[in-house]
Amino acid sequence: MRRIASIASLLALAALALLGGCGEPQFSDAEKKIIASLALNTLPSLKPDTTNQYGDVPAAAALGSTLFFDAGMSRDGTVSCSTCHKIDRQFQDDLPQAVGVGHTNRRTMPLAGVARNPWFFWDGRRDSLWAQALTPLENPLEQAGNRAAFAHYIKKRFGERYERIFGPMPDLSTVPANASPLGTDAEKAAWNAMPAGQQDDVNRVYANIGKALAAFERSIEPEQTRFDRFAIDLATGAKPEGDAAFSPEEILGLKLFIGKANCVTCHNGPRFTDNAFHNTGVPTVDGLPPDRGRVDAVAQVEADPFNCLGKFRDGDESACRELRFMVKGGPQIMRAYKTPSLRGAASRPPYMHAGQFATLDEVVAHYSKAPLSVEGVSEVHPLDLSDRERAALVAFLKTLSE
Amino acid sequence: MASIWRYILAGLGLAALLVGIVAAVYLTLPQSASGPDLSRSKKTANGLFVASFEPERGVVRQGELQSWLLTLKTAAGAPVEGAAITVSGGMPQHDHGLPTSPQATDYLGQGRYRIDGVKFTMSGWWQLHFGISAAAGSDSVVFNVVL
Repeated sequence: MRRIASIASLLALAALALLGGCGEPQFSDAEKKIIASLALNTLPSLKPDTTNQYGDVPAAAALGSTLFFDAGMSRDGTVSCSTCHKIDRQFQDDLPQAVGVGHTNRRTMPLAGVARNPWFFWDGRRDSLWAQALTPLENPLEQAGNRAAFAHYIKKRFGERYERIFGPMPDLSTVPANASPLGTDAEKAAWNAMPAGQQDDVNRVYANIGKALAAFERSIEPEQTRFDRFAIDLATGAKPEGDAAFSPEEILGLKLFIGKANCVTCHNGPRFTDNAFHNTGVPTVDGLPPDRGRVDAVAQVEADPFNCLGKFRDGDESACRELRFMVKGGPQIMRAYKTPSLRGAASRPPYMHAGQFATLDEVVAHYSKAPLSVEGVSEVHPLDLSDRERAALVAFLKTLSE
Repeated sequence: MASIWRYILAGLGLAALLVGIVAAVYLTLPQSASGPDLSRSKKTANGLFVASFEPERGVVRQGELQSWLLTLKTAAGAPVEGAAITVSGGMPQHDHGLPTSPQATDYLGQGRYRIDGVKFTMSGWWQLHFGISAAAGSDSVVFNVVL
């Protein structure tokens, strides 16, 4: 009788332990699989960019780094890439809209993992990192320069470094001091007066500036966070220790993120982005010019002489499939913007493509309420999250910044 | 003392009975809607062709531009040559289209057409619609892909 009683007591204890769950976080196998897919250790190594043969050349990255921080790379010598992409602020500027030579209409994007993007800018109006890097250089609101002036500047300041990487600098002796197909009327006239061969020479130097900048930016990669340490422990079955342990609120936030709140639908993979464009009903900003997002970027990337199908690409055309198979029209790209990575997001307000929201609480409240889009159709649907659930989502998002 | 153990034993017995009943109910419930038809080979809507659709490299990877193969045969099993193919699709549960514009880019012989530029950016239920025009006439087919 005593033996039966002791067996029964063991069984009872085992049943209690099962029911009680031992206080461990409970994730289903499906949830564990999603969590593992978000961890940084699943990020593959960065593939070479075959359109930029200098992308992994150290001397090109070194020149790119010099140019990135050089305010001489602007019309008035006051603005560099690093003016908005601040090295100690995740390569962004904490402003609702970037300010270069003038005030722009878009939020500066951070640069961690940027070389992994298929599309650049919030609307994807460029299709390679080197083509992207050229755009602010000539934007009158950003660096406000012109490509002829940049070619002269590179020859004068960095000619020897340039030639060691890219080969002989062309003869620029008859190239006007200021000329560009995108500049002021005078710059356009000067550009149009140049022989085609000379335009090509300047465009080639200009493209190489972008390739050097891209080579430098390829080194900027996301860093491991508390979430990644938690996810690795969850995957291996180890008990999370120290800051890898999540609070009950953070666990609830993670469960909502990959479950009921549907965040992971678009914020997926180890960079928390699907690299695609979505209309999520983000409001307009008073005082800014009309902004229709992706729908207006299609013609811009197609017209860009530095796009993948243009003559300044290295390698063959097989690298151009994103451009070749892009969606060119239809209601789904109206006011659609690129899904941003959420790594580091909690420590870089404000949010959205024009800094519409000052805090993560406002962002989560927006997605919970899911207002209609001012133009086009929002893809998100109301979630009606409770106060506790919204706070839990924000608590989880902070683990991607710690 | 003995009576306490008797209660625990009885409790365990009841719990076991409950688990058994729940299991029996669960197992005998009619299967819920089995989701979209995931077959990779099927007759086209009007029965003109038999279409097969599979990833060219065998595996579906989320977030990557991939090429797939659409193989077209007549009902009698002969390969369909010179077909004009249009591709569209999207996610029926999200009311949005495809993130790319896939196209039939190459004819590979034996009724096989390369459909390049296919990308599934999120998990869930995707649909690909093919419009097919060939000597035998025009028809369409829908394939479901669940990630």
